[in-house]
Amino acid sequence: MKPTNIKDPEFFHRVVDCQYACPAHTPVPEYIRLIAAGRYTDAYMINWESNVFPGVLGRTCDRPCEPACRRGRVEAEPVAICRLKRVAADNKSDISGRLPKVPSRKNGKRIALVGAGPASLTVARDLLPLGYAIDLYDEQAKGGGFMRSQIPSFRLPEQVLDEEVGYILGMGVVTHFNHYVDSLKGLLAKGYDAVFVGSGAPRGRDLPKLPGRQDADASIHIGIDWLASVAFEHIKDIPKRVIVLGGGNTAMDCCRTARRLGGEEVKVIVRSPFADMKASPWEKEDAIHEDIPIIDNHVPLEFVVEGGKLVGMKFDRVEARYDADGKRSLVSTGAEPVFYPCDTVLMAIGQENAFPWIERDIDIEFDQWEMPAVDRITFQSSNPRVFFGGDAAFGPENIITAVAHGHQVAVSIDLFCRGEKVAERPLPGTTLISQKMGIHEWSYDSQIDTDARYKVPHADKAAALSDRRVEVELGFDVATGYKEAERCLNCDVQTVFAESLCIECDACVDICPTDCINFIANDEEESLRQALRMPALNLDQPLYVSAALKTARVMVKDEDMCLHCGLCAERCPTSAWDMQKFLYQVTKAAPIL
Amino acid sequence: MTYIRPQFRHPNLPTNELGFTRQHYEGALSTLCAGCGHDSVSAAIIEACFELAIEPHRVAKISGIGCSSKTPTYFLGNSHGFNSVHGRMPSVATGANLANREMIYVGVSGDGDTASIGLGQFAHATRRNLNMVYIVENNGCYGLTKGQDSATADVGSASKKGDPNPYEAIDLCALALQLGATYVARSFSGDKAQLVPLIKGALAHSGFAFIDVISPCVTFNDTPQSTKGYEFVREHMEATGKMDFVPVRKEITADYEPGYTQEVTLHDGSVIHLYKEGADSVRDRDAALRAVREHKRRGRILTGLLYVNPDSQELHHILGTVKTALRDLGEADLCPGSQALTNINNSFR
Repeated sequence: MKPTNIKDPEFFHRVVDCQYACPAHTPVPEYIRLIAAGRYTDAYMINWESNVFPGVLGRTCDRPCEPACRRGRVEAEPVAICRLKRVAADNKSDISGRLPKVPSRKNGKRIALVGAGPASLTVARDLLPLGYAIDLYDEQAKGGGFMRSQIPSFRLPEQVLDEEVGYILGMGVVTHFNHYVDSLKGLLAKGYDAVFVGSGAPRGRDLPKLPGRQDADASIHIGIDWLASVAFEHIKDIPKRVIVLGGGNTAMDCCRTARRLGGEEVKVIVRSPFADMKASPWEKEDAIHEDIPIIDNHVPLEFVVEGGKLVGMKFDRVEARYDADGKRSLVSTGAEPVFYPCDTVLMAIGQENAFPWIERDIDIEFDQWEMPAVDRITFQSSNPRVFFGGDAAFGPENIITAVAHGHQVAVSIDLFCRGEKVAERPLPGTTLISQKMGIHEWSYDSQIDTDARYKVPHADKAAALSDRRVEVELGFDVATGYKEAERCLNCDVQTVFAESLCIECDACVDICPTDCINFIANDEEESLRQALRMPALNLDQPLYVSAALKTARVMVKDEDMCLHCGLCAERCPTSAWDMQKFLYQVTKAAPIL
Repeated sequence: MTYIRPQFRHPNLPTNELGFTRQHYEGALSTLCAGCGHDSVSAAIIEACFELAIEPHRVAKISGIGCSSKTPTYFLGNSHGFNSVHGRMPSVATGANLANREMIYVGVSGDGDTASIGLGQFAHATRRNLNMVYIVENNGCYGLTKGQDSATADVGSASKKGDPNPYEAIDLCALALQLGATYVARSFSGDKAQLVPLIKGALAHSGFAFIDVISPCVTFNDTPQSTKGYEFVREHMEATGKMDFVPVRKEITADYEPGYTQEVTLHDGSVIHLYKEGADSVRDRDAALRAVREHKRRGRILTGLLYVNPDSQELHHILGTVKTALRDLGEADLCPGSQALTNINNSFR
């Protein structure tokens, strides 16, 4: 193998598993260390710079960082990254003085944002400090988009959302709430320099052809619309017996909301096997904890209507079969259909994009699925003045993905408005700094605690079920937050190797607790991975290979299991190993902190 | 202060026949200087005991005084240990071995502990063919007292801030060969591929198994003028040949390479395969002595298995002692009474 180019910002970025997995690449270990140090406001601001909604995300994020967390590879469970983010949000002090300054003198460019969800708000936040004038349009009365209409308040209290939406609106966004944009052509005609479409994926899927659908219409609701009606208090109760169709997080939000609005017998009935459900494992756990059975492998057959009234649903029992490629098909077991009585049905079986308000003669190409052609890097559509992001760009994802899109869109719009090429992206910012303070002293806490993951305490179940506004998760207290933060392995503190200093004494090989380090004859990657002291079987993790040493061998380190404990550097007599903190910052349109 | 080794290990760590991983053979964290060769020797002992699936409670680690003699703390934390008096490790090992012949005795010593203050003890344990592994971690200096030249420092070798050594060096392998050791090897702490099989062979050997391991002192004797620094040893070492150790439990497996030129079956049935050039038998003591001397004359360091006598008679055999450990004897056997003593005395009259 060729020597690893550690100057490539992506090499060490890959080693910081949580940050790499995060769509917005939030510097996770950096803020976790600040939480451990009690510097909650600083930790919050690092989050705010990167993911814009730390308080919201600390409660509701899909947390792609946690399955990626290195801790989960050396023990059972990853660091509770998401809930630590909430610790920073819960304990911070007033941040108003730390918000970016917005120039009173504008740069003369006007930008329209359609939809007031996380993608649009991120674009607004990133562009306002540069002097752009921002007009924000949304059909709802308040900002937040699906964060407000779809996430129930027992998971996300309204004041948390209001606060974080407010920081951005307070920077000088001109809001046009209760304003449904019904024509993009009309909007473009207002002379905006660029228009951003962040209108989400607003259409919930239906089962229009299922027998009884029309007759039972009064008792059937589309999940996301129903959740929005609850959030805006158009709906305040629900009959006692409820069936929720679907296996995603929206289904979990629907069933748990139904329990709080008077649903006594609430069931989730899903086509797929339990393990294949799209809902996050913790969402499923929380639903089951609230006495909601999840009945899997049941495909809807019919809405049963008697006397003009919905009385239940019939389902076919199926089993999942997987072909050689792992593709799943649900095959009927041939058993008698099952009947489940109910008074109402909530359908949470997916959602899709819909752009009835975008004319087809304004140079925006749409594909066969009625999705706009959007560049995956620049988020520009075929009409150079129009950009898409969030769920509106490539279909339903999640908040953190929408935020990540928003940052890139802001970069694109800024380049576009300055007349530069949007495809030429500025590089991310990186720093790599030694953490050595002296003998046995590092400027990070390199000792590794063996504590298992701490559980987040929950509110009393009866109290939570009696009021949809009572937040179920209480968050870590400061003491538990500290202990959980100490579980972080500091994967951003990198082991950096200097060939010229190495005397090949093997001290690092002998001390490494996880046998990551090897001095070995060089070879092709495939053979090298097998030849290591512990074969490097996780192909997602890179090998760190040095140039040839004096003995003609090379140092090969499998980054997969490195604990970043620093003992290699500690035991190195010549400081050929050093622990250096790598900070990777996604390019933003304007510096925020 | 970060000096605590994390408890986490690689989740795919292999297990041996006892179900143990290498972690079960580890000891306390080393307090030696960073980069000390002795730590690599400790790691090699851990690896050898793990691979041989030795039950840790069957091992007794015995040492004298010095940096080397501290190391038994850093390996086999679940085994027995005795950190004895300077240069007196062989006496303690002899006593322990005579009392309990069923243990595996691993003596760790240094060039000071063996070639200076303990030379007399070393000589007699060797010539008695005491059944033990005797490892010298040889760095050519007294590291614990700031790096004075030791008795194994070569003529002209200079340590940090030192003058070239004017005295003739004691070659411990040559000495062991002359004194009748029945397994003699030399190795280098920086070459575990060679050292681990040598230790495994020594553990399986019945009799006095001596390994002189050149183990650089990074702090005082890793200079360009030293003949026991990492760089010098790497540039000047030559191996007698590659060696595979095939334990008795594994009948025929593919874990050694074919093409060996010599095969030695040890007392316990395990086999050593040697891939050696030249016609000299590894069972030829004189040839071994010649080879050591010849390499030294050419300024080279000969490493590998130099000599083995698989048919050696260890001390218990020579003395005709009881076949079990003394602790397993009943009081009647251990203290047969005054009549028995009288009978013995009478037999001499």
